Amino acid sequence: MMNLNFALLTPEIIMAVLSLGLLVIGLLIPPGERKGMFPLTVFALLGTLAYTFYDFFFIQRGAFLQGMYMHDQFAVYFKILFLTGALLVVLSSKDYVSTFPAHRGEFYPLIMAATLGMMIMAGASDLITMYVGLELMTITFFVLVAYRTNDGKASEAAIKYLVLSSASSAILLYGISLIYGLTGSTQMFMIAQALGTVQSPVTVLAVVFLLAGFGFKISLIPFHLWAPDIYEGAPTPVTAFLAVGSKAAGFAALIRFYLLMMYSQTFAQTGQTLLLILAAITMIVGNLTAIPQTNIKRMLAYSSIAQAGYMLIGVIAVSTPSVSNFIGGIKAVLFYAMIYVFANMGAFAVATHVEQAQGSCDIKDFAGLSKRSPLAAVVMTASVLSLAGIPPLAGFVGKFYLFSAVMDQGYVWIAYVGFVMSMISVYYYLGVVKAMFRTEGEGLPNIPVHGATKFTILFTFITTLVLGIYPTPLAQMAISAATSLVK
Amino acid sequence: MSNSFILLMTLLAPVLALFIIVFIPREETKMIKIVAAIGTFAALALSVFLFFAYDKSVGGLQFTMTIPWIRDIGVNLGLGVDGISLPMLLLTNLIGFTAVYSSWNIDKRVKDFFVLLLILITGVMGTFIATDLFIFFLCYEIVVIPIYIMVIIWGSTKRVSKEYAGMKLTIYLLIGSAFMLVAMVALYLNASHQLAVLGQGPTFMFAELAQLQYDPSFQIIVFGLFLFGFGSLISMFPFHSWSPDGYAGAPTAVSMIHAGVLKKIGGYGLIRLGVLVLPLGGRFWAPIIAVLAIINILYAAFIAMAQKDLKYVVGYSSVSHMGNVLLAIAALNITSINGAVAMMFAHGVMAALFFSMIGFIYEKTHTRNIGDLGGLAHQMPRLATGFMIAGMAGLGLPGTVNFIAEFTIFNGVAKVMPVQAILGIVGIIFTAVYTLRVIANVLFGPRRAEWDHLKDIRGPELVPVVVLVFVIFATGIFPNTLFHLIDSGVYTSGLAKVLETVGQATIGGLF
Repeated sequence: MMNLNFALLTPEIIMAVLSLGLLVIGLLIPPGERKGMFPLTVFALLGTLAYTFYDFFFIQRGAFLQGMYMHDQFAVYFKILFLTGALLVVLSSKDYVSTFPAHRGEFYPLIMAATLGMMIMAGASDLITMYVGLELMTITFFVLVAYRTNDGKASEAAIKYLVLSSASSAILLYGISLIYGLTGSTQMFMIAQALGTVQSPVTVLAVVFLLAGFGFKISLIPFHLWAPDIYEGAPTPVTAFLAVGSKAAGFAALIRFYLLMMYSQTFAQTGQTLLLILAAITMIVGNLTAIPQTNIKRMLAYSSIAQAGYMLIGVIAVSTPSVSNFIGGIKAVLFYAMIYVFANMGAFAVATHVEQAQGSCDIKDFAGLSKRSPLAAVVMTASVLSLAGIPPLAGFVGKFYLFSAVMDQGYVWIAYVGFVMSMISVYYYLGVVKAMFRTEGEGLPNIPVHGATKFTILFTFITTLVLGIYPTPLAQMAISAATSLVK
Repeated sequence: MSNSFILLMTLLAPVLALFIIVFIPREETKMIKIVAAIGTFAALALSVFLFFAYDKSVGGLQFTMTIPWIRDIGVNLGLGVDGISLPMLLLTNLIGFTAVYSSWNIDKRVKDFFVLLLILITGVMGTFIATDLFIFFLCYEIVVIPIYIMVIIWGSTKRVSKEYAGMKLTIYLLIGSAFMLVAMVALYLNASHQLAVLGQGPTFMFAELAQLQYDPSFQIIVFGLFLFGFGSLISMFPFHSWSPDGYAGAPTAVSMIHAGVLKKIGGYGLIRLGVLVLPLGGRFWAPIIAVLAIINILYAAFIAMAQKDLKYVVGYSSVSHMGNVLLAIAALNITSINGAVAMMFAHGVMAALFFSMIGFIYEKTHTRNIGDLGGLAHQMPRLATGFMIAGMAGLGLPGTVNFIAEFTIFNGVAKVMPVQAILGIVGIIFTAVYTLRVIANVLFGPRRAEWDHLKDIRGPELVPVVVLVFVIFATGIFPNTLFHLIDSGVYTSGLAKVLETVGQATIGGLF
């Protein structure tokens, strides 16, 4: 009995076809003419994005293959997020790609393949399917991280990512196998029912292993050690995609898994305590280690670790299986994940621009940017302040959703840690602002932004500002996505 | 109400000017300054209109506008003014307008400066006219970052570096606001649970929050958190040390706005949120606030006497004066709260005038060191007049609005806390000592040849003196214009009723 409605899989199919198609096109056309790959990719992504919006508002939810794969608003929301991220990465990397020594044509298909992997992760409701998506994403990133082959740092980063990521995948698989051994199923819903209320050391071990696997992707402390080196070594657009896409995909899988597990008392308690501790450590250590960083990519790496801690707070808020409580926390995570894309992409697009123009991106390279490239400086400021949660930027509303959701569950202390740490984070974010505004950057070139980069940073800036002042549309989308998950 | 858009227009006037400035080329500095002046003048004119159009006999919130904003959590874009917030609105725009003129001679990165200044003014204004806690908070936090950027670019490095001063100021305010955020969320959640029982959606509106009943222990904790946040902002001892350093490092316009109005958000918030919404928490903390306020008044005045830098003198004096406001709030009665609001207005005008004059002195002589200055009245009589009037207002000379405000405060405080009132009045003596010392050393004494080349303030530079001096005397000689308004605000906001119930229990509860 196969009830496969392929129409519901349209975005995934489009992405698979496009990434392979672009790969072929890249091989067919002569190397000199590969600039045309850029508009092709952009329009392909735009078209898919437009379709997913239609998908989100008008198409019914459905399940495939006895619930191995879900098509609901939650998954589609994340698809919108991944596609937006991919689109912004492609737009901001136009000039950067032309500095690659070789294989420029393959860059775009790889980005699309990674996006496909993320989409599968968001939709999977079976641990094996989820794992397949995760590996598709991860293996593509190995290649993307190592893209600058003649750069020692990039190769080092890629090897590190390969080794550490494989180790984390092994742990995740081991956790899945333990679960399978306990319950006889890999489908999340069946697992939740089979586990029931029995708590044994093996269940705890399995939860820890699975959390370690997800924690690696969303760079929770103590599974974060890869992040700074790889963020620094990878090409900046790839770092950006890693920071927004890979992390959001990790959260999508974590939420779906965690939520179904909430039906099982054992998982609920063990998981929640673990997450509370991890979230607190992640926020504190992530923010404090970001302070002494001198390289903007390393700083953003630590900041993205801290951001994962904030988002985890929203997952914790999903503590009791009642509909209204589910929605508060999940809505907050969904909302935050989306605005995080815009804020982070703004910051990384500016970093890409500076790195490409000046050859490196230490914080001192940003000196006097307010004079040398006013728009870039303003966007960078707005982006980092949104990450810090300063109004009227979107980060403030996002953090308000997260922290009020968790306080509603009675965990006041974790919200308190979150508020204080996000104020402390202002300190290192202002370090960048200080560099850009204090001096006029004598001796450094004027680097105004043009074309696609200008569009990208303006777009992220305006979105961050508008969603900060009037967040209702996105909040409504997040609510309907969260509701679709608990139906 | 037909006038409901006036407040929105007032709020958006500087924003509009800001947008225009963004599109003016960087080199046309004159044009940028004129546009900024027009924007702030429009806001000032509108708030003067509101000041006189407000119907005092009706009282309560007027010119209200409420638009549902973030529906899922119940945020409304709510604007409105009553007798407590309207003087603050007027003050903000008075200072905003004069701050533009006090920065007339800026020639470094003019465009950036005025863009940030206008953001700052809009943010402060928004806090005072918001009737929704969320919007209040949003507007408050907007101002922190522009201030930081302005301090590190246009600030001055004297005793401490401007980077240090800016960061210190920012960190203090942000940590304080972290506490306020926790309190705000706790209050919101508590209220929304109560409203859910009644079958209503959550809300952030001050008026609705004030009508609910909260558990006393909850009130005490949440008021404590608010006190920490607003206390840092109003430079309550021991969270005051950002204030003198920050003012000394900041450029003139920022010092004016910061000391003049931004600080008052602390006092305003304590009244609007603390006393009105959480009266029992207020009663619990009042004795502690009173003690800290006395330390503020005396300790800061004492330190001000020993300062060498002009800005530090005024910085510490503002810490000392804020002690009066805190003391008045701690006294929890109608007279004293009236006095607190009037004092915030009076001190705002005075501090702005003071910082403006110091700004001009520093611009012309390149020093703020009291020992290096002297006899400036010979060369710059107009500046000296402004400076002296600011000083006289600072020490509460009759005829200035400051006298009336201080008188009202001590009148109110003496009823419930006579000992503290006496200690507070002692503070005035110290104030007189340091103010007169500064005036004598800077303005008077023998003519010094080294300052003979200085030109007196003229043209646009005169605007701050004229406007602010006029306000000091107009409201000082005709206090009813101001006090009727505040009075109607305090009576109709429900504060009077709250204070009566709380105040009864307070009498005899202290000392």
